[in-house]
Amino acid sequence: MTRNKLKLALATLGLVATGAQAQDVTLTIESWRNDDLALWQQEIIPAFEAEHSGIKVIFSPSAPTEYNAALNSKLDAGSAGDIITCRPFDASLALFEAGHLTDLDDMEAMNNFSDVAKSAWQTDDGSATFCVPMASVIHGFIYNADAFEELGIEVPTTEAGFFAALDKIKEDGGYIPMAMGTNDQWEAATMGYNNIGPNYWRGEEGRRALIAGEQKLTDDAWVAPYETLARWGDYLGDGYEAQTYPDSQNLFTLGRAAIYPAGSWEIAGFNAQADFAMGAFKPPVRNAGDTCYISDHTDIGIGMNAATDNPEAAETFLAWVGSPEFASIFGNALPGFFPLSKTPVELTDPLAKEFVSWRGECESTIRSTYQILSRGTPNLENETWGASVAAIKGTASPAELGQRLQEGLASWYAPQQ
Amino acid sequence: MSVPRIRWHIIVFLAPATLVYTAVMIFPLFNTLRLALYSEVEQARAFVGLENFHTLFFDPIWSEQFWNALGNNFWFFLIHMLVQNPIGVALAAILSHPRLRFAALYRSAIFIPTILSFVIVGFAWKLILSPIWGIAPSMLDAVGLKVLFAPWLGKEEYALTTLALISVWQFVGIPMMLIYAALLSIPDEILEAGEIDGITGMSAFWKIKLPLILPSIGIISILTFVGNFNAFDLIYVAQGALAGPDFSTDILGTFMYRTFFGFQLQLGDPHMGSAVAGAMFAIILVGVCIYLFGIQTRMRRYQL
Repeated sequence: MTRNKLKLALATLGLVATGAQAQDVTLTIESWRNDDLALWQQEIIPAFEAEHSGIKVIFSPSAPTEYNAALNSKLDAGSAGDIITCRPFDASLALFEAGHLTDLDDMEAMNNFSDVAKSAWQTDDGSATFCVPMASVIHGFIYNADAFEELGIEVPTTEAGFFAALDKIKEDGGYIPMAMGTNDQWEAATMGYNNIGPNYWRGEEGRRALIAGEQKLTDDAWVAPYETLARWGDYLGDGYEAQTYPDSQNLFTLGRAAIYPAGSWEIAGFNAQADFAMGAFKPPVRNAGDTCYISDHTDIGIGMNAATDNPEAAETFLAWVGSPEFASIFGNALPGFFPLSKTPVELTDPLAKEFVSWRGECESTIRSTYQILSRGTPNLENETWGASVAAIKGTASPAELGQRLQEGLASWYAPQQ
Repeated sequence: MSVPRIRWHIIVFLAPATLVYTAVMIFPLFNTLRLALYSEVEQARAFVGLENFHTLFFDPIWSEQFWNALGNNFWFFLIHMLVQNPIGVALAAILSHPRLRFAALYRSAIFIPTILSFVIVGFAWKLILSPIWGIAPSMLDAVGLKVLFAPWLGKEEYALTTLALISVWQFVGIPMMLIYAALLSIPDEILEAGEIDGITGMSAFWKIKLPLILPSIGIISILTFVGNFNAFDLIYVAQGALAGPDFSTDILGTFMYRTFFGFQLQLGDPHMGSAVAGAMFAIILVGVCIYLFGIQTRMRRYQL
């Protein structure tokens, strides 16, 4: 009798346990966006879980600079999360080729995206797409509107106007003209070179010509941005050589600097930190009336770990990420990360609206070094960081930098040989 | 006539340490050396012999980075030898002075940075030296020496020396403690005998104490050498994996990390990374051997 009772109790316990298991499929998202932790936990994940009972989602980010290394090790060791946030181009392509990411071509949600949006997460021949495009970021300059008004400065549209504005701010002395440092190196390349550069190499035209081997990094279109960057050094704050990225953000949001060379990803943080009016202007063109080009860089995708234990749940989540509903939540929750889906999303943030409006006025391109050209050693993207810093500090001449980059690229990239 | 018994207890007592050490140190070490002999060709691992080392030493792109890192590493080591160890010896000599008051307090205060994490040390010094928020510029300003301030961590010519001095600040406690212990173990009789012969004060240090602590200084040198050539954390925390500005603070550890795990768009290459790690191992091995066979065997020891 007692034994039977025990059996019954055990069986019930077992039932309860399996019941709980069936309910609690937990998906873990690997990401480098630790800045967005709160938004995922408070807005995005609850919205998903409300519609899909039975799937729990954990957002588990790591530091941006460590993400690739950490993710690769975790995938190799089999301890990575179910959902992988995808860096654009080669980093994710390598993961797909190594069998860590699932081919998502059959997913219906993929039809919500244009080919350009998907190009960052496809094999070179376009035969397989392995991440759902999530967002792009647009480069430009954010300025302190109160400071501009106080000093009577017009928002510059040409390069001459840009430097005239910087001169005026410097002359006044109340503000650091431009908040950027060279300590972390990447800002100089990302917010410097690839921000202003598309106006010089005419966006996609130059970028594709470089990949095809028809243009060289020693050509004027690719060297001239370094000449412009070399002039920036005079307008950065004291000791900019040791100024880090967070230093620059703080200098600007504390109202000590007037202009911040930006990527649109700063918008959310700046809205929260700054207590002055902000505006944005696109990279100034070289001569009035020129066509403008902007860097509208496919930055974030999201894919499925091929080794996941919960492929159905993961696919459900990815399909939801590909839906217009997610695009609307994401685009408004994270102003500055612009959804890539075909359905236009109505944004409410004025600064984000300003950035996204440039898509209609200018030609869009992506960062020049990201597709194919950073596949070998030396890595063109990392070399560009160093070169942009050297240009700003004046430790090497623009022509030398172009020469050095071209030699590095030609050493492994056949079309440039 | 009996067969000598196997003394099982020896094996039993040695086994745990040997097994753990083999699993976490010896096996990974040899596996890394083995990995350096392979390369990845079309998603498959292929044996390539010494090809990776050939690339590392003779390919201009790789060798330039390697020699740069090695040169920086020697400079890092040199600063430690010239600054950390003499200061450590001097501090120990002062602390062991019998009439010094609050010796225990000073000893602890100087030793405390050693137990701090690299992350805290790197971050704290980065803030101290920051040209924007740091206290270094305002402190220099207060004594009218603001002109001497430079954004040290951001200048190619100063960054590595600055980081080496930060590391010296952190670890000066270790040579101090070891030398302090060695000094305390010198019997008073010897010093008293010297005093009778007229050797007092500074000359007692140079003529009696220093020769007696030389073996300790040798050990400290070799510990510094191994520590410096394995260094990575401080540079990574303060300057990132690209060891800026313009690779001026790149040492073998950061070079290995970047190669092995990749960085930003650069994909990791475990095979080349292992080759760099192999080269680091060889350099440290050679250095330790030079010390063990070239210096330690010739050192004179005194029976105390």
